[in-house]
Formats: sequence, C-alpha cells, structure tokens
Amino acid sequence: MPTDTGTDDFVVFDRVQKSYDGEILVVKDLNLSIGKGEFLTMLGPSGSGKTTCLMMLAGFETATHGEILLDGTSINNIPPHKRGIGMVFQNYALFPHMSVAENLAFPLEVRKIGKSEREEKVKRALDMVQMGEFGGRRPAQLSGGQQQRVALARALVFEPELVLMDEPLGALDKQLREHMQFEITNLAHSLGITTVYVTHDQTEALTMSDRVAVFDDGRIQQLARPDVLYEEPENSFVAQFIGENNTLSGVVETMGDTTCTVKLDSGEIIDAKPVNVSRPGDRTLVSIRPERVEFNKERLQSGVHTLQAEVLEFIYMGDIFRTRLRVAGRDDFVVKTRNAPDQVRLQPGQQIEIGWLPEDCRALDA
Amino acid sequence: MNETGPVLSADGTPLKRSLARALRREKFRAFLLVSPLLIFILVTFIAPIADMLFRSVENNIVQDTIPRTVHVLRGWDPDANDLPPEEAFQALYLDISLAAEMKRHTRLGSRLNYEKSGMASLFRKSGRGVGKFDADIYTDAIEDMDPAWSDPATWAEVFDDADTRAALPVTAGAWAALNDHFASQGKELKKRDLEDYLFAALHLDTRDGAPVDDPGVKAIVAAQAATPFEPLDYQAAFADIDEDWVDPDVWKTIQTYAASYTPGYFLNSADLQLTPAGIEARPENERIYITLFQRTLFMSLMITLSCILLGYPVAWLLANLPARSANVLLIFVLLPFWTSLLVRTSAWKVLLQQQGVINDILVWIGLIDNAGRLVMINNQTGTIIAMTHILLPFMILPLYSVMKTIPPSFLRAAKSLGATNWTAFWRVYFPQSVPGIGAGSILVFILAIGYYITPELVGGTQGVFISNRIAFHISSSLNWGLAAALGTILLAAVLILYWAYDRIVGIDNVKLGG
Repeated sequence: MPTDTGTDDFVVFDRVQKSYDGEILVVKDLNLSIGKGEFLTMLGPSGSGKTTCLMMLAGFETATHGEILLDGTSINNIPPHKRGIGMVFQNYALFPHMSVAENLAFPLEVRKIGKSEREEKVKRALDMVQMGEFGGRRPAQLSGGQQQRVALARALVFEPELVLMDEPLGALDKQLREHMQFEITNLAHSLGITTVYVTHDQTEALTMSDRVAVFDDGRIQQLARPDVLYEEPENSFVAQFIGENNTLSGVVETMGDTTCTVKLDSGEIIDAKPVNVSRPGDRTLVSIRPERVEFNKERLQSGVHTLQAEVLEFIYMGDIFRTRLRVAGRDDFVVKTRNAPDQVRLQPGQQIEIGWLPEDCRALDA
Repeated sequence: MNETGPVLSADGTPLKRSLARALRREKFRAFLLVSPLLIFILVTFIAPIADMLFRSVENNIVQDTIPRTVHVLRGWDPDANDLPPEEAFQALYLDISLAAEMKRHTRLGSRLNYEKSGMASLFRKSGRGVGKFDADIYTDAIEDMDPAWSDPATWAEVFDDADTRAALPVTAGAWAALNDHFASQGKELKKRDLEDYLFAALHLDTRDGAPVDDPGVKAIVAAQAATPFEPLDYQAAFADIDEDWVDPDVWKTIQTYAASYTPGYFLNSADLQLTPAGIEARPENERIYITLFQRTLFMSLMITLSCILLGYPVAWLLANLPARSANVLLIFVLLPFWTSLLVRTSAWKVLLQQQGVINDILVWIGLIDNAGRLVMINNQTGTIIAMTHILLPFMILPLYSVMKTIPPSFLRAAKSLGATNWTAFWRVYFPQSVPGIGAGSILVFILAIGYYITPELVGGTQGVFISNRIAFHISSSLNWGLAAALGTILLAAVLILYWAYDRIVGIDNVKLGG
C-alpha cells in the first residue's frame, strides 16, 4: 500500500473554517494534508463537519475562512465544474433519464471529447467495474450494487486525479457493502488516484483507508493509520467512537513515565498508560478494549492491579464470546474472548478477577 | 412456476379462482364505499352530460310536431322543384292546427329557423292563420245533418269502435292526438274544443266513401255522395297566410330536417350547412365557429406557454428554498385562490383599460404619449393576461411537486462531472422536470379551453372563446342542439389532444407529485 502519508501535499486544508449562519462554526480551524494517491477517510458522527469539508473540497460550499489547495494552487475561487474532481454521491445521483452509457458519456461530452474516444472511454470504465453489458440500461433497472458501480465508473471515467466519495455504500446491505469496500480500495490503489472518503461507519473506515481523520464537533480529533487509531486512541471520543470500548472513570493517583495508577470512583486502584493526563489529581476516563481484558490468572502479569468482577451475562456469538460483567459498580463492562477449544465459558453469577497489561489501559481525558 | 397448467390451491380449485373468491368480499366492500359518490356523479354529472351530448344529434321535434306532413313529404321528390301535392297541405293543416292547440308550432318554427331564416315567423303566422281557414263549411254542414256531432260524447262513441277508426284514419289520428293532449293536461274536452279541423278531417276521410257501420258517419258519406261538399283549396289557403308556403325551398327545408337524427348541428359548428342539395359552406358572413375554435386553441396555447414561462422559475425557487420561506412563498402562490375570480378579473379591467393604471403610468413616465395609449383589454391581449394570472397556480403547483422530488444532488453531480450551471440545468434538471411541465400544461390547457367568465368580461369581441358562444346558445338563443354540438366538439378536441400527448410524451410521465 502506498502510504507515504503527509510527505506529498496534494490536497491541503489550511486553517479552514465554515459557518452557515454566522453564529456557529461547523468546521473549526481545519488543517489537513492529503498525499497523492492516498486513501483518506473522514469519519465521524453526523453533524461533525465531515461532509461539509467534502463539499468545500468539491466546491459546493465556500469556506468562510482559510484556504483549500489542490496540487499547490488555491481552489477557493474555482467553480465546481472546473475543479476536475470526481465525486460519488450518497444516493449515486445517476441521471434517471439517461442510460448507463449516457451517464458515463456525460462528463466526456461536456469536455467536448470526440464520439469515438468517448465510446472507448465509456466502455473501458464500464469494464473496469464489471458492468460492460449494462450500458444500454436505465439506472432504475439496476440493483443498488450495480448502480453503485456505475456511479463509481462515472466519477472515474474522465480520469480525475482526486475522487470524493460521500457515504457511497450507505444504501447497500451488509454483504454487498463489504464486497464493494474491497473493490473500491482495489480500484483506487490500482489507478493511483487520491481518494477522500466520507463515512460514519467505522468498520468501513478501518478496512479501506490509508489514514482516517476522526471528526467531531467541527475538528479532527485524530488523524492516523487505522491500526494506530484503534490501538492508540488519543482521546476518549476516539476511543469510544472506534470499536467497542470499556470506560471507567477515576482520578490519577500516581504518575510515572510510562504508567500511572488511577483510583476509580468506586475506590479500586488500577494501572494505566497516561495519554492525555499530566499530573496526579486529574480526572480521567480509562479505556480498555474488551479483547484485551484477561481473566485467566495464569496469564496475568504479576504485580499488576486486578479488579473483582461478577459475570452478568454470557453471549455466544459464534466466532467470539461476549461476556458482560459488573466491574467497579458498572454493569456494562464487556469482555470478548475467542472461541477456541480451550476457552473458558463463564457462567452468570460467577465471581472472577480481571486484569490487563498497563499499556492496553489508556488514561484519557475525562 | 408451474408450466404445465394453472396453479391449484390446496383443495384443487384453480388458485386464480380461489383468489378471486377471497377478494370478492373486499372488492364489494370497496365498491360500497365509493358507491354514494359514484351514484352522485352518475346522476349529476355523467347523465346530464350524456343527455346534453345526445341533443347535438337529436331532432325529433319535426317528426313529433308535424308527423302527417313529414309522412306525405317522404314520397315527394324535391328535385323536381315543384310544390308538394295538395295532400301535403292538407296534412300540414291538420298538423299545424293540432300543434297550435298544443302550443308547439312556435317551437318547431324556432328549430327550423336555425336552418332557414323566416321559418319562425312563418309558423307563428300559420298557427294563427289555420283557424281562419274556410273549413267551417264542413262543420256547419255536418252539424246541420246531426247536431249530435257538436258533442264530444258523440265523437268518443264513434271512435271507440276499432273498425271505424280503421276506416277513418285521418280523423281518428287527429281525434286521438287531441284526446291525448287534453288527458295529459288533465282537462275535459268541451264542445268548443271541437274545432273545424276535426270536421275537415272527417270530410277528407269520407268524401270518397268509407266502409263504416256507424249510422252517423254513414249519413255523412251518403250526403256527400248526393252533393259533394265544396272542396277547400288548402294550398291557396296557406298561400294566403304567407307566400312562403308556395316556395319549394320551405318544403325542402322541412323535408331535409324531418329525420329523427340530424348532423345539422355539427355541420353548423363547422360553418357548414345541410341543404336539400347536400352539405354546403355557410355564407361568408355567417362563418364564426371555425374561427372561434382556432382562436380558442391558439389562445389556450398562448396561456399555457405564458404559464410555463412565468411559473417555472417560481416553482424552481419554491422547490429550492428552505421549508420556512418556501411556505410563505407558497401562500402567495395560493393567494389568488382565496379571492373571487370576479374580483381578480375586474382588477385586471382596472389595470389594463386605456384610462387605467398601467396606461397612466406609462404615459406619466413618458414611454407612450397620451394619444397612443395601449389597448390591452377587450381584446386577445387582455384575455391572455388575465387568464395567465388566474391559471398560473395550476402550473406552479404540479411543477413544484415534481421539482421537489428532484434531489439537489443531481445538479451537484452534473457540476462535479464538469457541466456548467446552464448545461447541468438543461441536460440534467430540465428533463426531469418535464413531467411537471406536462401535468401543468394539461391542467392549464384543459381549464383554459373551456374557460368562460374571464373571456366574457375582458375578452371584448376579439378575445372570446368558443365556450362563450356555447353559453350564448344555452342561455340566450336557446339553440341547445348547437350548443351541445359545439360542446361535443370541444370535448373531443380535448380528448384528442390528451391522446396525442399520451402518444408523444406518455401519460405515465405526468406527475402531480411523489
């Protein structure tokens, strides 16, 4: 995967702000550089400003402040149709009164490309998404997945260097979605085009992207590779938004270089890795991934703090077991274990002792 | 799917039949729900329209009013350019006498007057004139023979016998018609109601002898065998009333329109005329309907076009504004519906007349001088302006509801693909709004083509529609047949246009929303 991230500033957001009503900023001081050929995902809950950023890049919204650069030139005053950016819309926006081939020919026609070349390019683009036989159909005669492919082909047919995708897989069912995720990333990488992808589905973001920008409250909360994002969330929003997560609240008791101890609100003391806490007495939310919790005493590191837990519920999910525990006064503490032959199946009511590696337990902002 | 035969349900009956049985109850219930409205519409809408359309060809009045004359004229050859035989005048005497008794002759006169002017007065005069014929000689002669003939009871007794009726057909027919008339009026036949024409009929029946058993009638036959009564010259008598009766053209007109059904009204609607010599164009100065139909179509098209031009941008704005502002604007669009049509039309009169607001302003700012004030009312311009204003909401609303369903992402997609604003609109947005234009145009055009009040008020003579003429025939000239024919043509024109629209654009492309 080409991940020379940040070294090549193909798309740059420079201190971009956006407000619709002059009172509330929906995008607050956005700085972002996207490398050429990179697949970057903007991830966030609705209203977090990610779609607004995409629309500013496409030219459908103007930035209230700041500059957006494409390949080194400011595009603030360039109208959308001159930006040469391909775009895939949430509901595909395939023109219903044109056939599939006409839809694909449209961007070529407005660029005054000759008929024979046009047909050649349309055919190539359709073949690229395995829709070669469907050129004569109307969009309404296609399934959701097929429409999705056509929309993709249409955004790529005029060979843009940058493609924007606004939740393109939102309307598909799960299986098709997973398949299309794979196809889109493959296509993007094989063509070497830069892709900015907007989604609120974190699985999609993690599986497809070179880098993910997590948006909340008009800011990028964290911009990182998917694995870093999952394993090393920088704040409690990211930790909770990405993947499943157990949180416990407390106060920092002692502060070391790589570890600290936290006194939970229920009185217990645990070990954690300080991420954005700085001194004893800070309030913190510690975050532990469910699959990093250990209850097999033999595998627990010696000397670490452990917590008493009561098994509340055991859910068999096939590949994994999901066990809900009461820990430190909360009943939403979840442990995930792999369905292996030697795996213990906990019984509701059982009293166990749980623990984890200090570096898996991140003390984040409260 | 079962390829070999119909799908069967569990008990072996064909699935289609069991489904139909299962749905029958539901269908019946659904039908019950709509039946009050259905009956209402049938009684108050469909039936009157059907009756009205039927009037456009119906022509029983000639047959019903002067049946004997019509019968005689059947054997008359009009091309010989001669007058019909004396029998026709005799029949006409009886017919008009009876019609005058029933007060129906003037109605026939007005009917035939549509086809030939002068007929109305001719029949009116004849209704009075037939009473003064010298037929009293027969009355006097027969009553002298036996005074009992002056008593209706005698007549009733004589014509109670079927053989007598068969032997004296003319008299029996007249007697029966007279009796029916009095019975339907609920009145009793008095002595003075036995008028001369009955005796004249008796004379016609008996002058050459008649095979009767009744002694009274026998006596009359015998008396005539000895000394025939002086025959009456009916033709001369009618010529005395009006010279027109000895004009073969009058008789030809009666014969031409004697049939129960006539294409006359439709021909009239097309500025043609059914004459004894065949179908002819009407004289130049009587041709108005083709012009009126053309004008109606042309002006309705102009109105539809102006509605599209004015309504499209408004509908676009409505569909693309945020909901709150769109609602306010929508109220302004609907505002005209809340004011009376008459008020709006009168307002246009105030605005557009030569001494009106618009002309005053134009003169004041010096665009036109006082002598050159624009004529904008009581002509086609006035009608088009006022009707465009009145029908505009019918264009905006379907357009708006269709545009509302076009997602803004289509325009964005087009622009992101490199289309300029205009190309994006023309190639992507406009084609999708065509169903709205279609729906609005059909609505406005059909409403316009039958519009009546506004052209009547602001149309003057040059801006009136065919519907004004229909209204004139319904309420002023009382030529309902012609009104019905014009209405039928109008209805057919609308249906043909609708069909053409379906063929060209496709009616399933018409959307009122959704």
